[in-house]
Amino acid sequence: MEGGAEGRPGGERADAGLPAWGATKVCVRYGRTVALSDVTLAAPAGQVTAVVGGDGAGKSTLLRCLAGVLAPDSGEIRRPAKERAGYLPASSGIYPDLTVAENLDFRAQGYGMSRRLATQRAAEYLDRAGLTPAADRLAGQLSGGMRQKLAVIAAMLHQPELIVLDEPTTGVDPVSRSGLWWLIARAAAQGCAVVLATTYLDEAERCASVLALDAGQALAAGTAEEIAAAMPGSLRAVDGRPAGDAAERSWRRAGRWRVWEPDGPPDQDGGAIRPDLADAVTVAALAREMRAGRPEGSES
Amino acid sequence: MSALVECTKATRWFGRLAAVRQVDLSVRPGEIVGLLGANGAGKTTLIRMLLGLIGTSEGEVALFGEPPSRRTRARIGYVPQGLGLYDDLSPAENMQFTAAIFGPPAAGLPDDVRPYSGELVGSLPLGVQRRVAFAQALSHRPDLLVLDEPTSGVDPLGRARLWETIGDAADAGAGVLVTTHYMEEAHECGRLVVMADGRVVAEGTAAEIVGSRQVVAVAAESWSAAFGALERAGLPVALAGRGLRVPGADPADVRRALGDLPASVRQVPATLEERFFELAAPAAAA
Repeated sequence: MEGGAEGRPGGERADAGLPAWGATKVCVRYGRTVALSDVTLAAPAGQVTAVVGGDGAGKSTLLRCLAGVLAPDSGEIRRPAKERAGYLPASSGIYPDLTVAENLDFRAQGYGMSRRLATQRAAEYLDRAGLTPAADRLAGQLSGGMRQKLAVIAAMLHQPELIVLDEPTTGVDPVSRSGLWWLIARAAAQGCAVVLATTYLDEAERCASVLALDAGQALAAGTAEEIAAAMPGSLRAVDGRPAGDAAERSWRRAGRWRVWEPDGPPDQDGGAIRPDLADAVTVAALAREMRAGRPEGSES
Repeated sequence: MSALVECTKATRWFGRLAAVRQVDLSVRPGEIVGLLGANGAGKTTLIRMLLGLIGTSEGEVALFGEPPSRRTRARIGYVPQGLGLYDDLSPAENMQFTAAIFGPPAAGLPDDVRPYSGELVGSLPLGVQRRVAFAQALSHRPDLLVLDEPTSGVDPLGRARLWETIGDAADAGAGVLVTTHYMEEAHECGRLVVMADGRVVAEGTAAEIVGSRQVVAVAAESWSAAFGALERAGLPVALAGRGLRVPGADPADVRRALGDLPASVRQVPATLEERFFELAAPAAAA
């Protein structure tokens, strides 16, 4: 097995408290591009763990490693045997020219499930996700939200020990998103370890722990509260756009402006606010941007 | 100040389906209006009516005081969900192409996009493509910006930067109509219009729309046991960190469903997303 160990069935439960699934100091390079650098993630059973970051942050690369479709250049990946894991790739992995029911049937065969169990479970999941009326429709004709629900069901039909979901909710409307979250929470409530990637921090706040990635590196990790509390310096909110050197340490949020003071409490009185997860992740990205210097051409 | 957009009982039928029904909507200069709705709520149809791509079946749509036309279109900057760029042209060529339609640009590519100006758009990172699409939509200094899911898939800092661009355009006097699926982003808008089943079902600031709505928050020793108990009772339970939330439920019912599981149950103010779900879900289920 590439750079990693296949877990024992029931892994973490046997191992009191130590999550069996996850990644330790994982590095991945694509040619000369470093996609992941020294990234560590724990995926405990019965818990939803979020990986956040923008386009190119390394979320998909980390999830592909956890799903076993990509071997890291170094570091350790701990995941269950393939048939005990479920994976939703960013491309959704649904066959557009099969019906909803056929997609699940096909997937169940791949998982080696008995026909009876597969039919029974597919019916239950489709019912709870509101997809029963669409069971005989071609997957290619579903709305984005319905297709994602189908894709998530396909990844968890065999009730695996680890489910890896790459941006299950991107571009999905809030009503379908709520259905997706119900499926995700239920899998975790039943003891599954769930790792999901998202670009949305309000979603990450619903998860028990969060790993924030930026350009292949971990910016912050912990519970949403821990990440917010660990933000260096302090934050204030002002009505007008800050001028001078504060401008590059500020950003727009909820119609007002946040200003980050890297060196301790603000000397201006008033406007001090407690950061939340979105603030802390933004500050981490801002700090990295400032350390790296301005991008080429941005001075001209 | 006169409205840039004024819809009066705007209605659009497709065969026997009314995709947009009796919608009143206005956007004034300098205002950012958020248009929220589930898929199929009628947002895209309404935008197509504003762009003059499809007509109204009943009611009226006025842009800058006149019916939508090629002339009104020239005063609109539009960023569609798919960004609307030509993948096999460079950012500079995309800008030239826009200039050929709308006239010489008042503004060019932003500084941070210039290093990419000669590469093909299709090969650029999504964040850069998005900034090119914004630059293109803003290049002719439009009076009205129409943005369809402008920041889908963007990281928080990148999203904040795009909202700065949107805010700057509004501060300079443009009206902005923006659709989004993300309630965090809805808080950037001065006013929200919620659509469901083709109709406007709520309108106002985020705080006005949430009003005094409350949900039940559950903090249990074992969230998974509590989740199972609430699920078996048929309650609409949702995960929130290490706790649970039950929108639209009576605290007494929640307590009863939890039985003797150790948990605290209290009512807390609803979020915009929870309120939105209440407004939108019945229509989406129909």
